[in-house]
Amino acid sequence: MAQLTSVSRTSPAFYVSTTAAAGGIAGLLVGTAQGNSLIGLILGAAIMAVTAYAVTHFVPQERIARWAILGAMALAGILLGGVAGLVVGTAFGWFFGWFIYWLYESRYRKKIPPYLTPGQVLWHHGFRVICGLIFFFLIAPIVVVMPLSFNAEDFFTFTPEMLRFDPAGYSLKHYKDFFTSSDWQHSLWNSLSIAPAATLLSVSFGTLAAIGLSSEHVPFRRSIMAILISPMIVPLIISAAGMFFFYSRIGLQGTYFGVVLAHAALGIPFVIITVTATLVGFDRSLTRASANMGAGPIRTFFKVQMPLILPGVISGGLFAFITSFDEVVVVLFVGSAGQKTLPWQMFTGLREQISPTILAVATILVSISILLLTTIELLRRRSERLRGMSPG
Amino acid sequence: MKFAKLMVATAAFGMAAGAAHAADMATDMTLVSWGGAYQSSQQRAYVEPYIANNSGVKVVWDESSAEAVAKLRAMNEAGNVTWDLVDVVASDAIRLCDEGLAMEIDPDSDLAAAPDGKPASEDFGDLLVSDCFIPQIVYSTTFGYRTDMVGDTPPTDVCAVFDLKKYPGKRALEKRPINNMEWALLCDGVAKDKVYDVLATPAGQEQALKKLDTIKDQVIWWSAGADTPQLLADGEIVMGSTYNGRLFSVIEEQKQPVAMLWDAQVFDLDGWIIPAGLPADRLARVKDFVKFATDTQRLADQAKYISYGPARASSAPLVGKHADLGIEMAPHMPTDPNNAKNTFLYNYEFWADYRDDIDAKFQAWLAK
Repeated sequence: MAQLTSVSRTSPAFYVSTTAAAGGIAGLLVGTAQGNSLIGLILGAAIMAVTAYAVTHFVPQERIARWAILGAMALAGILLGGVAGLVVGTAFGWFFGWFIYWLYESRYRKKIPPYLTPGQVLWHHGFRVICGLIFFFLIAPIVVVMPLSFNAEDFFTFTPEMLRFDPAGYSLKHYKDFFTSSDWQHSLWNSLSIAPAATLLSVSFGTLAAIGLSSEHVPFRRSIMAILISPMIVPLIISAAGMFFFYSRIGLQGTYFGVVLAHAALGIPFVIITVTATLVGFDRSLTRASANMGAGPIRTFFKVQMPLILPGVISGGLFAFITSFDEVVVVLFVGSAGQKTLPWQMFTGLREQISPTILAVATILVSISILLLTTIELLRRRSERLRGMSPG
Repeated sequence: MKFAKLMVATAAFGMAAGAAHAADMATDMTLVSWGGAYQSSQQRAYVEPYIANNSGVKVVWDESSAEAVAKLRAMNEAGNVTWDLVDVVASDAIRLCDEGLAMEIDPDSDLAAAPDGKPASEDFGDLLVSDCFIPQIVYSTTFGYRTDMVGDTPPTDVCAVFDLKKYPGKRALEKRPINNMEWALLCDGVAKDKVYDVLATPAGQEQALKKLDTIKDQVIWWSAGADTPQLLADGEIVMGSTYNGRLFSVIEEQKQPVAMLWDAQVFDLDGWIIPAGLPADRLARVKDFVKFATDTQRLADQAKYISYGPARASSAPLVGKHADLGIEMAPHMPTDPNNAKNTFLYNYEFWADYRDDIDAKFQAWLAK
């Protein structure tokens, strides 16, 4: 982007103190890891303030200064924390080299309109930092799980070997455990046979209910809707306990079909909501036109209505599938040990023995989800391109 | 000729009777246990040999022992008991027996006699703490500590837990009054044989909580047996209580820098109960399995996989080496004379009478 605002260098008071604040935060992180947060905070702030002042006054060339900061921080990282420290130190060094000159040369103002007040400039960058933090807090717990699943030990711990990037600290044994243990394979198979059946039931019933409820002549539409949506609103544990007693009496408790039915009941609200939303944009005169041309209601449904509301049906189906695939409370009540699903196995594994096999399973599931979503997105783009809806 | 015919007829009759007997037994069993290393020791020591002798029997495990009492109640109310055999601690067995949810057994006819012919009731002896309870193992709740965090003088007695000066750092204690109150009183100068007399009085309960107060801000409270091993491996705590088998696994199998502090360990029992009201075919199968799984050799075999002491006196001499590690298991048993110099036995009567009351006080104290 072109430069919008002409800039001049800022005053030392500004860039030194801002760098010191950033250094303080970085120092706090390092200090907490080393066991003393306060000393880390103070040292980080002091070192970065001195560095910022020194490089801008005594080093003539920016490139040299930035390499020097990078090298010094990387070296400090090695001394403090070995290989892991080197990585962190290099990252910090790169960041601070960039950050000092970004402030010093006023680069932060370059790409925004000149009429903004300092407060608006601050908000412009603060907003990006907040967004970044939100992403960080959403993603960090998932990312942290992945390296831990390659742990060579049976604990949820980053061992010293792992932090040194010593190959001996890593192993695939938890993956091996997942693929060879009959418990895990059994529960994977259970999940994979329950979820599609439950999805099929919820999609069929949910779509029909949504279509029915969106036509005006149905009496008590709102109350019927409320009842159908209730599994989403009633606390899961209450539904589960109720289902347990009801299904026990009619002989469904502890059967495959019982769990499928229970999960279908949980999935139906998602399908109803998404399909109802797509039906809002559906033009009713199309069905009348279709009837006018001699198509029966069933033919009209499959040839005219279904293709148009398909996106809603598919996303409802995805939600129903995930609900069943992730569900642990209801299956604990309605299922018996023979229907142990993947989340159930993870739940007991986590409670009775904290085994990283759970992390291996989690990593596999996350990778599959990412692959699936990427594939769907690529397919969607491809079909849009083929239909000429977007230039890319 | 006639004799031979008779023989054939008898043999045929015998075979038919045998077949009919087997047909009376269900082929599926749902066993309830605790998961983890303990459940796999049961799988390897009891279930695998049983299936080898009785092909066609299918066993499903349910890791629900922690909430066995609540779940059995619910199943009973719903009139649909899906479990065949449930592994519970002795105090839960006593409760289930009192509520009529567990079946009473006759040790001498339902359980196998010792190899020397001694009846089961004598072989198990005092450990038959309830009419419904079939003991399997003696385990203990005891402390483990990080060897690299205690300096040059590793702790030798339980009061190290309360000594923040000598052993600074976090400790893990179970989130319930049982055991913690006893340890607190013991370290507050109460004589061991007076502990329960003192704990029965409100003043004694105050005294125990006051002692716990001195370390409260350094305590991490655990509720699952896997918590303390994880915390020890992490170096989050300097010492913590848990079941001795979990500590054995941390020390010998995972090779973590952890050692046992056996002092004032509390013995407890774990065993089977058969849910009341099973249909005849499932009951026949379960009785057949239990008789096999609690005989002298099977109980001794279990000690090859986990460091819990067999509940039969006749099993003790048969305890051998660990199946995978090849180390002698006897020195790792809580009942080994070197480890059992100073021990408690879980006081079932006391805690049955006082548990609700002291639990309420303990929870209120925790929330303060």
